[in-house]
Amino acid sequence: MAAKKAANAKDTGGKGEESPSRVRITEARDGIDQVPMPSRHEPSQEELTELYRRMLMIRRFEEKAGQLYGMGLIGGFCHLYIGQEAVVTGVQAAMTDADSVIGGYRVHGHMLACGISPKDVMSELTGRAAGISKGKGGSMHMFSTEHKFYGGHGIVGAPVPLGAGLAFSHKYQEDGGVAVIYFGDGAANQGQVYEAFNMAELWKLPALFIIENNQYAMGTSVNRASAEDQLYRRGESFRIEGMQVNGMDVLDVQGAAETALDWVRGGNGPVLVEYMTYRYRGHSMSDPAKYRSRDEVQDVRTKRDPIEAAKAELMKMGTDEDSLKAIEKEIREQVNEAADFAEQTPEPDLKELYTDVLVGSYG
Amino acid sequence: MPIEIKLPAMSPTMEEGTLAKWLVAEGDEVNPGDLLAEIETDKATMELEADEGGTVAKLLVEAGSENIAVGTLIAVIAREDEDAGDVDIPADGGDPPASSETQQSSATPDVEAEQPKAGEEPASLSVEPEVPEGTEMVRMTVREALRDAMAEEMRADGKVFVIGEEVAEYQGAYKVTQGLLDEFGDKRVIDTPITEYGFAGVATGAAMGGLKPVCEFMTFNFAMQAIDHIVNSAGKTLYMSGGQMRCPIVFRGPNGAAARVGAQHSQNYGPWYASVPGLIVVSPYDAASAKGLLRAAIQSPDPVVFLENELLYGQSFDVPKLDDWVLPIGKAKVVREGADVTLVSYSIGVGVALDAAKELESDGIDAEVIDLRTLRPLDRETVLASLKKTNRLVAVEEGWPTCSISSEIQAICMEDGFDYLDAPVLRVTNVDVPLPYAENLEKAALLKLDEVVTAAKKVCYKN
Repeated sequence: MAAKKAANAKDTGGKGEESPSRVRITEARDGIDQVPMPSRHEPSQEELTELYRRMLMIRRFEEKAGQLYGMGLIGGFCHLYIGQEAVVTGVQAAMTDADSVIGGYRVHGHMLACGISPKDVMSELTGRAAGISKGKGGSMHMFSTEHKFYGGHGIVGAPVPLGAGLAFSHKYQEDGGVAVIYFGDGAANQGQVYEAFNMAELWKLPALFIIENNQYAMGTSVNRASAEDQLYRRGESFRIEGMQVNGMDVLDVQGAAETALDWVRGGNGPVLVEYMTYRYRGHSMSDPAKYRSRDEVQDVRTKRDPIEAAKAELMKMGTDEDSLKAIEKEIREQVNEAADFAEQTPEPDLKELYTDVLVGSYG
Repeated sequence: MPIEIKLPAMSPTMEEGTLAKWLVAEGDEVNPGDLLAEIETDKATMELEADEGGTVAKLLVEAGSENIAVGTLIAVIAREDEDAGDVDIPADGGDPPASSETQQSSATPDVEAEQPKAGEEPASLSVEPEVPEGTEMVRMTVREALRDAMAEEMRADGKVFVIGEEVAEYQGAYKVTQGLLDEFGDKRVIDTPITEYGFAGVATGAAMGGLKPVCEFMTFNFAMQAIDHIVNSAGKTLYMSGGQMRCPIVFRGPNGAAARVGAQHSQNYGPWYASVPGLIVVSPYDAASAKGLLRAAIQSPDPVVFLENELLYGQSFDVPKLDDWVLPIGKAKVVREGADVTLVSYSIGVGVALDAAKELESDGIDAEVIDLRTLRPLDRETVLASLKKTNRLVAVEEGWPTCSISSEIQAICMEDGFDYLDAPVLRVTNVDVPLPYAENLEKAALLKLDEVVTAAKKVCYKN
């Protein structure tokens, strides 16, 4: 049993030196249409430059957030997305304006990917009036209806039925949108996830369920928490087709998201995509990281970093080092500007304590 | 500009730490992710990583140093294009930064002064509609009144839909949704699997996506599996989003004890939900309130928990035949005027209070009865105005006594009605035990008419 699980862990490519098998899909079954095998997205140089820029923005933003946390300017919990940038960047590149996004508590990157300004996010992290939730939400509770970003939810697993509800509303209003629902390998063990899977398939809701498998639910590895550790198969008993995809390559991510979104938009019901990814930092800022070795982290970082990979590919396409440096500089400036703003802009007015509890006034 | 490494806070509460060990020396090259030092906090030993690469130019704190304040500059790293031997060490290098206190103090706000006036948003209905003389009254059950309210709102607004277990083909476990499937079809009247946590989440998400769900729980006992979505997802999102994300949803279904169904199926959740800011909680007694308040609940832009009562579903009352019969949320109603003592109740307790008032009449006590109708926001004014008139008050509740709506009424009377009181405020409730099954024990556990009469006499000092 143990040996089998270890083998599984190896060939899904989460850890260690093995390179991931890039894509697998759930096996063909009688009476169920099989989702097509996706292929890696083939970008133009311009497209890949944009993906690189977006991933780098998330990385630098999160590093800065980590620093501001260290300085005491960000309070409470702060979960960084460093290492996982390719997932949200690749998926977002496959989406249309009609689609909506919902996620859990590690969503700074998702917000930036949705086009929300770094200033709005950073000043929410510092708890200021200019923050996207007026300073009342914090790291885990941010929303932007304008950008169809529906949170930012601190309860593990909750975004999955909520996201199915967003999908329900896309279908009810016939607006052509798909709800893109992100959750982690930890959330994949919550019961409500499967309640949502059941209804989503039963009602053929336009939902794309995305498991960002970063290998650890806080400090518990997937193998220690999941009887079925091939999480892309977790929809099978609901007839939900699944894909397992290398989440450390933004073009693999985008290619799979394109195939999955086409399938969902075609009225075939939801798809479950498991992206194999990795977080370099602790679960939150106060994580002593005793559950994994430094070598494991450094190994992924040096061999499979999604940003370095995109950079190498860009250089192969003919991008010169100067233009990459210019992008780096530009992003650093934007992030610094956001951080300076977030440090200096005022805290909310005390009157805000009482606003936004209810929309209406009663009695 | 070189990279400044300051002692980070590694937990929400860390204020200082010990630099146990340097893992690099001056002149070393570091890459992103390399370890710089071991830091001991009060809870654990943590490793400090480099975010960016470069050459270690200066280590400013000696290994083994204790009680270093968070934010103290501990090292400087020269970037790729800088000379590690010649970086500027900031003058305020050793000092921790000014703490994160900013322009505004975090002093406790002055609650009285800071309370906002009515919101800018829809002036919600706050006036009881007039029933013009000669208005036809229709005798109907609470069940029919609730169904009519949903049907009228569904006709008026295509975004309203009903979702829950057995609401469509079965016509409602308690027949409250009877006929809705026929009129509105299966796009708008949706049977769910038995999956409360899931469908409450789906309905809440649909509300966030712009629809107006009416989410029926077969009973509120089962909604306990879904309470996370009611409280955390529906109730808090508007606040946490700084007012951006609305959640116009109604969670409705029977609440409280039915008959002989035992402890797990017999509980009043009024006090639970009424304790949550961000939720509206309505619990009507008669058919006219049920209809007018359910329509108001569906029209409301806020999440509403609408607590019905199975034993009331079949009871008939007069309902005014008016197209715009929509009642104000947050307004109690004096359902019987009186001068000697006030009985305050809601839901099925109002019937008990009215019966008690009749009995008291024969003893020469003229009782006023208030139907709270909405439990949150609670209509303090109507309660206090009545107390001012009668000077005596008994809270009556089909539910447990501890942390109840009754105890809230008692608190309101103590805080704002103390000078009006001629006797302590009493509460008459269920007995403080899980509801038993045996007929005699169940009867003994539930709210009792004679105890209300006794309590009313007691506060009138007429035993």
